[in-house]
Amino acid sequence: MKTETSAVDINRSIGDFAYPEVHVRDAGAGLSEKTIHYISDVKEDPDWVREFRLRGLKTFLEKPLPTHWASKDLEAIDFDKIRYYLSPGTEAKRTWEEVPEDIKRTFERLGIPEQERKFLAGVEAQFDSEAVYSNIKKAVGEQGVIFVGSTEGLKKYPEIFRKWFGKVIPIADNKFSALNSAVFSGGSFIYVPPGVKVKHPLQAYFRINAENFGQFERTLIIADEGSEVTYMEGCTAPKFNTTTLHSAVVELVALKGAKIQYITVQNWSANVFNLVTKRGLAQENAEVKWIDCNIGSRLTMKYPSVIMKGRKSRGEVLSIALANDGQHQDTGAKMIHAADETTSNIISKSISIGKGRATYRGLVHVPKHLKNCKNNTECDALLINATSRTDTYPAITVRGTGNAVQHEASVSQVSAEQIFYMQQRGLTEAQAMSLSVNGFVNDLVRQFPMEYSVELKRLIELEMEGSVG
Amino acid sequence: MRHNSTVLDEVSETGSILSGPVESRDFPEWFREQQRDGWEQFASLPSPKRKDQLWRFSNVDLLNLTPFKFGGALPNKERNAILEQSRGLDKVAARLIFAGDQLIERDVLSDQLKKRGVIFQPLERAMAEHADLFRKHFMSQPAILGSAKFAALHQALVSSGTFLYVPRGVEVELPIEIFHWLHGENASAFPHLLLVTDELAKVTVIESFCSLDKEAAGFACGVNDLIAGPGAKVTYVCMQNWGSEVVALQMNSTIVDHDASAMSLNLHLGGKYSRFESLSRLIGEGGRSDLLAISVANGTQEFDARTLQDHISPHTASDLLYKNALGDRARTTFGGLIRVEPHAHFTDAYQKVRNLLLSDDSEANSMPGLEILADNVRCTHGATSGQIDADELFYLRTRGIPVPIAQRLIVSGFLNEVIQRLDQEAIADHLRRLIEDKFANG
Repeated sequence: MKTETSAVDINRSIGDFAYPEVHVRDAGAGLSEKTIHYISDVKEDPDWVREFRLRGLKTFLEKPLPTHWASKDLEAIDFDKIRYYLSPGTEAKRTWEEVPEDIKRTFERLGIPEQERKFLAGVEAQFDSEAVYSNIKKAVGEQGVIFVGSTEGLKKYPEIFRKWFGKVIPIADNKFSALNSAVFSGGSFIYVPPGVKVKHPLQAYFRINAENFGQFERTLIIADEGSEVTYMEGCTAPKFNTTTLHSAVVELVALKGAKIQYITVQNWSANVFNLVTKRGLAQENAEVKWIDCNIGSRLTMKYPSVIMKGRKSRGEVLSIALANDGQHQDTGAKMIHAADETTSNIISKSISIGKGRATYRGLVHVPKHLKNCKNNTECDALLINATSRTDTYPAITVRGTGNAVQHEASVSQVSAEQIFYMQQRGLTEAQAMSLSVNGFVNDLVRQFPMEYSVELKRLIELEMEGSVG
Repeated sequence: MRHNSTVLDEVSETGSILSGPVESRDFPEWFREQQRDGWEQFASLPSPKRKDQLWRFSNVDLLNLTPFKFGGALPNKERNAILEQSRGLDKVAARLIFAGDQLIERDVLSDQLKKRGVIFQPLERAMAEHADLFRKHFMSQPAILGSAKFAALHQALVSSGTFLYVPRGVEVELPIEIFHWLHGENASAFPHLLLVTDELAKVTVIESFCSLDKEAAGFACGVNDLIAGPGAKVTYVCMQNWGSEVVALQMNSTIVDHDASAMSLNLHLGGKYSRFESLSRLIGEGGRSDLLAISVANGTQEFDARTLQDHISPHTASDLLYKNALGDRARTTFGGLIRVEPHAHFTDAYQKVRNLLLSDDSEANSMPGLEILADNVRCTHGATSGQIDADELFYLRTRGIPVPIAQRLIVSGFLNEVIQRLDQEAIADHLRRLIEDKFANG
């Protein structure tokens, strides 16, 4: 494309609204041991959780920002101005009727039709830090599936929860996982019993709705032997004047022969720092698959990982990132092969629009004495405007013989011929561009569940508005 | 820097390199000034750490410079041995041989080339006789790939090297050959090459780095700057064959002006730890840079390559192909980046690294990177790591070829793709011979 046009500010009005805040419990701004005790008191944490939080705080304060490799933009986060905990003070709701009216309005603005929700096996919608609505279809409950908030999970099912909590992602994994460990609230706890295959995806929506309020949800999903589960999370956040921080930790445990698929569509508003640690552990013959789609936020740093610990386990990351003006999508994947015959696949597609920057950062590790491990990595980047930027920073370590690892990346732009062809068929340049971009991600989007791929296409069209012409 | 005369005595030719520049040498004042600056920078810059992104995967513990000394006197016997072993190409346009940074032999250029203005001189003469040209280009490229500290050390301690200037329109048909030798225990060398080509000039340089005593510890810290003027064609071939206990750092920068083309091939065979930084800057439209490298690593050898293909001007092309064959407990690291600066549209850049792992304890690290700040570009990179194909091996065995020989054939074939890209038969044969020698002698 030769036309060099500056990207026009896109219409974000869809997520741009806020309702009056009613927070019964508010820890105030800033982070200290006092904040931790406050959160633990309010949440009536068991002692081990309180200790876990304090260890998290200590590690968080000790660790420097990772700016020696990551974006200097991280320095813009003022940790003293962030409110680390608040809760609407309402108990988790069981039925739709009990959900507060303004939250229902929020869902409406997000464009999730009520009928569509009926298809969902369970809805866990998080409004600020506490789950306000949670409903698992009777059938799922009867199968013995546990699907509750993380706070409820650690209190009600400590024997399962404690065994895996913080084991896949230790407190000191990185500065932001430590922060999450200190102040986490909300998020889901899911346990799928052996052999149970959850037919419908379990779904949760996360939103940020209090200015300067960081959301630190913590999700733990355990799929017992031979079980299967799909979890979907989608988020949009209302726009605020000052920056917001979202720093989640998601741990997945796929026991022998289990399959977990975790789908994210992230559309935070363009002032949110989205710094998320996601990692899955796959035992023998198990499979962990991350489908990760990043459209919003100011800076996203997220590298879903899979540790393939058992023989013949599989890991997969499918990632779509879209970076518009003022956005930096720093996403990627980590594949740690720790057993023979493990296979991993990474497919990443990014689109940079206007002054947007998309970065792929990857790590593939095959230690020695492993046999028949395979990794395939493909990164494709599409640049829309002359000012757009894309980076690729993979790191691949392979030891020994008997393994095959390949990485490939390409950077291109929308072909002028394609656009010309569509224009002479009567499409406007913008329509042609949008169609072309959707085509670029189509083979990935097709792998998404239907309702998500529709939403995704809508989001991409929205982002493409005004980028050409 | 030593000002005290009593200390000066200690800093004799066999003093520690960590005592700083040798004052007694007969250099122009501006050069001494640069040496002092370099030394101050070296002292003030921090040592690389494993956590530094540009040293990721590198074994920085091997960079202890304490034992290393300046080159000592060269006895006749060793001198003859070096001359005897400086076997390169049969036909060359000119030749320089350095031992411990001292020029021990030179085969001069033909009168014809001299008459046409080609300059091929040791550094210390060039800085006096062609001061303006030399100063304009000497150490003019910043070391941005991690070794700024060692580039400063080089600037402080460089005492000889090669200056080659090819004027406008002159084509030097035969290659120009340079040898650098290390001799003695804990010896050091600071090899330098400054190659400047004017418009439409053409030249090929091949540089060899060897140790007289294959087991002696040593340290080499070299810089080579290649400047390809408009429309010029520069080929540079480096054969690194240091002894097995040598720690070596080499910082290369190549500037490619409009319509010029530069091709470099680096063959890495020797050393305990060998790091090679290669910066290729494409500053004019129509410029092209080819970066080729081969590493044959065995024992506990570690090869560490860092590259940057920096596309500054629109309509430029670069193509990188690095191949590593690793045996025993060897390690290789490749950290490469294609950077397309804003407005450098119509860039065509390619980067490929392939690792062939031949043993269970070898380790290959690849970090092929892209930073693209312009949209009308075509950039691709790939990295693969694998082992010898079982079918290929089986095929050769059915033809009666024993496994070790079959393996060697397959590895040679794997590496040959890089050598063929040179398109210069005499040099290609020489490179193949060196690789075969390494296979044969371990």
